This record gives sequence, structure tokens and C-alpha cells, in this order.
Amino acid sequence: MTTPALQARDVTMRFGGLTAVRSVDLTVNTGEIVGLIGPNGAGKTTFFNCLTGLYVPTEGTVSYHDKVLPPKPHLVTKAGIARTFQNIRLFANMTVLENVLVGRHTRTKEGLWSALLRGPGFRKAEKASEERAMELLDFIGLAHKRDHLARNLPYGEQRKLEIARALASEPGLLLLDEPTAGMNPQETRATEELVFAIRDKGIAVLVIEHDMRFIFNLCDRVAVLVQGEKLIEGTSEVVQADERVVAAYLGEPFEGAPGDAEAAEVEAAEADAAAAGAAAPVTDAAPADAAETGTAPSTDGDKSAGTTKGEAQ
Amino acid sequence: MTSTTTPEPTTPEAAATPAPPAPRGLVPLPTGAGLGLVLLGGVGTIASAFMSWTWTAKFPGDLTVYGYPAGLQILAIVAGALALLLGAARLGLLRLPNAERIANPSAVFYAAASAFALCWFAAIAIAVDLGGLANLDPGAYIAAASSALALIGALAVPAGPGGIRPYLSATDPGRISVPDNPWVRRLVITLGTALALVAFTYGIGIDSDDSETFIGFVLLVAFGALTLNRSGLLARYTAISSRHTGFAVALAFLAAVVFPFTQSDDHNANLGVNILTFGTVALGLNIVVGLTGLLDLGYVAFLGVGSYTAALVSGSEYSRFTGTEFPFWAAALTGMAVTLVFGVLIGAPTLRLRGDYLAIVTLGFGEIFRIAVNNMDGSSGPNITNGPNGISRIPDLEIFGFNLGDSHDVAGHTLGRFANYFFLMLIVTAIVVLVFTRAADSRIGRSWIAVREDETAATAMGINGFRVKLVAFALGASLAGLAGTVGAHVSYSVNPAPYQFAGAAPPNSAFLLAAVVLGGMGTVSGPLLGASLLYLIPEKLGFLQNYELFAFGIALVLLMRFRPEGVIANRRRQLEFHEIDQLDVPERGLSDSTLGVTKAGA
Repeated sequence: MTTPALQARDVTMRFGGLTAVRSVDLTVNTGEIVGLIGPNGAGKTTFFNCLTGLYVPTEGTVSYHDKVLPPKPHLVTKAGIARTFQNIRLFANMTVLENVLVGRHTRTKEGLWSALLRGPGFRKAEKASEERAMELLDFIGLAHKRDHLARNLPYGEQRKLEIARALASEPGLLLLDEPTAGMNPQETRATEELVFAIRDKGIAVLVIEHDMRFIFNLCDRVAVLVQGEKLIEGTSEVVQADERVVAAYLGEPFEGAPGDAEAAEVEAAEADAAAAGAAAPVTDAAPADAAETGTAPSTDGDKSAGTTKGEAQ
Repeated sequence: MTSTTTPEPTTPEAAATPAPPAPRGLVPLPTGAGLGLVLLGGVGTIASAFMSWTWTAKFPGDLTVYGYPAGLQILAIVAGALALLLGAARLGLLRLPNAERIANPSAVFYAAASAFALCWFAAIAIAVDLGGLANLDPGAYIAAASSALALIGALAVPAGPGGIRPYLSATDPGRISVPDNPWVRRLVITLGTALALVAFTYGIGIDSDDSETFIGFVLLVAFGALTLNRSGLLARYTAISSRHTGFAVALAFLAAVVFPFTQSDDHNANLGVNILTFGTVALGLNIVVGLTGLLDLGYVAFLGVGSYTAALVSGSEYSRFTGTEFPFWAAALTGMAVTLVFGVLIGAPTLRLRGDYLAIVTLGFGEIFRIAVNNMDGSSGPNITNGPNGISRIPDLEIFGFNLGDSHDVAGHTLGRFANYFFLMLIVTAIVVLVFTRAADSRIGRSWIAVREDETAATAMGINGFRVKLVAFALGASLAGLAGTVGAHVSYSVNPAPYQFAGAAPPNSAFLLAAVVLGGMGTVSGPLLGASLLYLIPEKLGFLQNYELFAFGIALVLLMRFRPEGVIANRRRQLEFHEIDQLDVPERGLSDSTLGVTKAGA
């Protein structure tokens, strides 16, 4: 079952003098949900763009099912990796159905000539595409809005539609870039269900997210990226327990093992957070929140505090 | 406005609850009286058309004869009848279904305004042209007075608060019910097409010296279209014809076939064939600009390549290849193939650029074509195109032994040379329309639109952006080349002069682009309509002369301010520029949507 689907080896991305991603290795196995977390500016999206061919990595290779991927986005999609974007990039003036049909592009072949001649093969392919697209819209629950323009959908549905559009290319691996950004707790939970359902279809998922509760509920493995380097990779428990992750999220220097001073500081911050949470849950202090992010979320069960972590960074 | 005097209480009960004052329009008159004025004004306007408006035939159209309307007077009759009809419908005299909705205050206002604009324009034009109000005959005074009465009356119809605003921009009149009978719908489409044909033939038939009549015609068409739009009839008509697309297209084609038979003068057929050429090329450009979103400012060069190719293989004695005379089908294919090659050659290096950069580079390539053709005369370069003299005396086409240069009689009507070419060009237009609609509604068409919307996202969806853009570019180019091959024969000769970026007369790249944007991007009828307008207006308004480009610029600015989606809006673009919740899906997909709702619950 655990054959590696995506293998990124030694991926480095430099923009002039700036090294955004430094020799990162990452493996995503089939049927697995892997999370990628890290503070803002850690290079998560840059790494994603290296994987999907939007950027050509300065060094290193990305391979999918043991084949090295060419650095062209459309060829990467064709190979079976689909993605969504951090800031939604739907085709705003196309209908919901058309958006999904565009996603079918790599799995259909009809060119200009068959479109002009309209043979039986063309009609059949169009019909099949539409049926498949409608299945996907059913799957995400937007079938009733097939003729709406994408730009007129509410925010949460736009996120869903982007996922449906990515799924339309029949990927083996789905890359989600902050799928729950700006969502309320209910929508976040629905997205969680959706990602599980996608995994159950046999599609591996690599997800970037700031919402720690979401990530730790969802992922089989989590990798932490800090300042372009992979800090640690492991199960949710391992990552949550790692104090360097905590320090990274707090903005502490992370070279070497954290000293006693830092540890004490973290504990103090936690205590602060507990105190603040008990005294005035409305005015949650941002650093307190951040402290809670890095450590175990079980320190307090306050759900509303957990959802504001993304903004706290 | 502050009429607090409520009707006298007739009974004590009524006194306890005073009836609210009847709503009043902008002009404080009872609604009935206002509508009476509209009727009176409409009748007056029609009657005035049968009188003399001026004493001398010097004013274009000869408006001097009693009992025999001409020129602007005929237009006044139409405008007066429009006001009369809507006024009567508002009063409930016509006993039509939906009369209340169709004849809403805004529609009545625009109908009256069309009569007012026309009559007052005529009166002012007579006074200015002939030098003084003394030149107005009683008919003109009656026309001006009665159309003003109609407008005042229309403003007395209550339209809600906000002064003049509700008259100008109406609320949605609501859905107009039409008997659910396919034959009724087909009849409606037939009538609509016939009306469009009559309007078009009337407009094209106006003598080029009668600029005043043509301006009156444009005023009437504009206000008439606004009236139909406000009454909701236009929207309903669009919905109906979208249910019988095949029938509507066939009828439009038929109307175009009928057009040469309505013209006794081959000059008008010449205008017709030029409009068709212009419109066909604009439609090709619509693939590049409207669907794929590539701003091409040098598109006219492809028309030039097609024309020159056809001229070179036409057997003209001025051609470099004198003696090689291809049959038309071979010349058309050669023209398309050569423009295709040029399209790929120009597109391959430039299409990697985005947005503004592409526009500048295509502008450059367009000019390179013209200058290169100018210089390939044997002295500054190889002798291929005969330089600025161009290739003249292109022989007429002969298809299946039929020479398109000869006149012939069909059904008692003489069809001249240009009428023959009109039919040939019509076939080319039909081909381009077919290519456009089929390509747009397919996998490749969707990928064009996706690239236009967001190229990065499109490539992430597996679309090879460069490749689909190149296909669009090359397809657009070869369609322009096809039109060019016919165009070369129509105009007897080709020379480099017309293939510039901007000029006073179409076709040039700026006018082609304007035809697409003005008519409506991404639609079929939009560029055709835009091309008709952009060709006819400079042709008929000879007096503008040096101010033509100035007037053109002003018209473009006004249009982009008030209707950025173009005259004929693509549903998609309409939604883009005006915040409306969703696409209206006329009379279809009802079962689908109910199905969707139940499934969405799961």
C-alpha cells in the first residue's frame, strides 16, 4: 500500500541571492494525507510551485511514481498531480460546470478539427465529460449551481469548486494550498470531511495549512518547513512534541537545541495563555495563541481559540 | 408636487382615512391627461409628416411636398407611431396581454423621446442648414410642438421617486408571457428578422449626400432600440430566439440573401459586400480578442496577406506571377495556408508575452507588413508586391463557368457584379460563423476562455497555454486570410495603403478592434453589427470628413462609459460588468436544478 507517489529530492529554489527553499526532501505515499506547515514566509508555497512546475527548482528533482516530472505545469497535471491555489484562482467568468470541464482538459483529446467537424466521437466525448463533471459537482455538493458564474459563488463554495476542478483532471495526488483559509469552524470541518473523502477515493493529498487543529486531525504525517528548510517530519504526535517547532512558531532562534531559557519562556507563555483564556476569553493575546499552536492543542479545549491561530502568526 | 389637497371626502368614513394622493410623475399632471398628451403628440407627429417642413428642396430628402412624406418625415411617422402605440398600450386601449409591463413608464418615455429627438433634430437641422427659422414650414413647427407634447405627457406618467432617473433607467419590467407555441415563437423571430432587414436596407439605401436623414435614422434606431429594451421585448426576443437558434440563424442568412434583391443600385451591394468583409474579419479577430483575450493590434495584416496572396495568383498582368491563375477554391486555400503560416510565424515568438507587451509587438508586426509590402517593389527590395502601386486589374472570379463580373437577371431583378460577390462573401461569412460557434463551444474554446480568465490557473489545469493561444492566433489569421482572398477580387486591386493601424476608413486594425469591442466581445452578431455601424457611419456622414476619427473617439468613450460590454452583450460579459446574481437560464434546466437541490442535501 505504501508505495511512494511523489518524491521530492534535495529541492532547492533560489531567487537571486535569496534561498527560498533549501534542499528539501519529501515523500508522499499513495493513499496518504501529508501536511506541510511552517510560519509565513517559510517557503511552503514556493515548494508547492516547485512541485507543480510553476517554478523550475534550482537544484534537485521531483518525481512522480518514479518518473522525473518535467518542469511544465501542464505536463505535471497530465502526469497526475493537480493543485489548488492559496488565493482562489477560479475562471471567474465561466460557469461552475465550465470550470470543472476545463479541469477535464488533460483527460480529453478533442482538438480544433473534431470541434469543427462535430463527429459522433466529439459528441460522445463532450457528453462523457459533462457527466463526469456533474458527478464531481455532486460529490462536492454544487450540482444545483452548475450554471452560476464562479465569481458569484460564496467564498466557501469557491474553495470547494477549486477542489472539484482539480479533481476533474483525475489526479493521483492532490496538492491543496491552504484550503481552509478564511473559513469558519463549520466550513473547516466540512473541508476536513471532504479531504478524507478524497483520500478514500485513493488520491494522495499534500496540504499546506495554518490551522493546526485541521492539520493534526487530518494528516498521517506532517512536515515542518522553517526558513526554507525542513525542520522535522513525522506523525502529528512527534511534530507536536518537538520543541523546535514551538520555538519556530514563537519566532525564537532555532539553531541547535533550545536552551532552558527558551523552554521556560514557552511555558510562561502557555501559562499566560491559560490565564488569559480563563480571565477574558474574548481578548485572547496573540502570542498566547501562538504558544498554544506549537504545543499540544490539548492544553486547553477551547475550540474558538484554535481557529484564530492562522491570523495569530 | 406638494399636492396635499386630498380628494374631497364624500362620506364620513372616507374622511377618517384620507386616501393617499394619486402618484404623480415628474410633470404634475394626472396620468390620464399625460397619456392623452402622448397620444395627441404621436398623432400630431404622424400628421405633420404629411405636411411640408421646409420650402426648398435644398434640404436633403425633399421635405416640401404636402401629402407625400419623404426622408426624415418617414422616420417621424415611425417614431410617432411608436409613441402612439406605447401610449395607447399604457392606457389599456389595445387590450394586449402584458400591456402594463411592456408599456412601463420608461418605455413610454423613450418612445416619446424618439419622436422628440427626431423632430427637434430635423427642425434644428433645417434652421441651421438653410440659415434661420424662417425656413421652417408649418409642418416642422407642428412636428416639433407635438413631439414635445408627447415627451411632456410621457413624463407625467408616474415612475416612482428620484426625478428623471427612473425614466432613464427602468427597473426590470418582468417577464412577458408569450403563448407556448413553437410556431408563435418562429413567427416572432421571422417578424424580428424582417424588421431588422427593413431597417438595414433603409439605412444603407440613404443617399450619401443625405447625412441629415442618416443621422435621423441613427437617432430613431437608437431610441427605438432603447424603447424595446426598456419594454422588456428585446430580452424576451433574445430568449425566444435562443430557443430556436437554428431557425433564427437560417432566417438571418435568408435575410442576408434577400438583401441584394432589395437594392436597385449596385453601389449599395458594394457597400454590403464591404460590410460583410469587414464583419467577417472582425469575427475572426473576435476569436483572438474576445475568446482568448489576446490584444492583437496588427490584425489587419492578415487580411492583407490573404488579399495579396489571392492577387498574386489571380492571373493579373501586374502580378509577379503573371499567368498563374488559380481557380477560386485553390486561391482561397492558398490564401488561408499562407496567412496560417504568417500567423504561426508571428504568433510563435510573440505569444509568450502577456498583455500589453503582446499588444505592442503585434502593433509592430502589423506595421512591418505594410512597410515591407511597400518596399518589395524591385528597387528597395525584391519585386514581389509591386510596391505602393500594388497589384491592379485583378480579373473577376469565375466559379463553375459563371463569371462573377457579369450581371444577370434573377426573378426579374438585375443582380450586378457586387451582388454576385455579396453572395460569395456571404458564404465565406457563414463559414466563419460556423467555425466561430463550433470552436467556441468545445474543449478548445473552453481552454481559450480559461487562458483569458487566468493563464496561470489554466496551465495548472493541464492546458498548454502557448499552444492553445497559437491555435487561436493561427485560426483567426487564416479566417481573415480567407476573407481577404475574396476582398481582393471585389476591389479589383490591392495596395498597401489600407492595411494600417488606424485610419479614417475601415478596415484597419483599430476599426476592427473597435468593431469587436463595440459590437460585443465573444458574440457572433456583435462584431457583425459593430462592423455595419463602423462602416456605414463614416460612409454616410460625409460632412464629418476630417473630424471622423474625432467623432469615432468620442463615440467609443461614450459607449465604454455607458455600455462597456458592447451593444450586443455576451451573457458572460454582461454579468462581468453589471452585478447580477446569476446567469438566467431561460426555460431550461429546471428539472436539472431541482435534481441538484435534492442531491446537494446529501
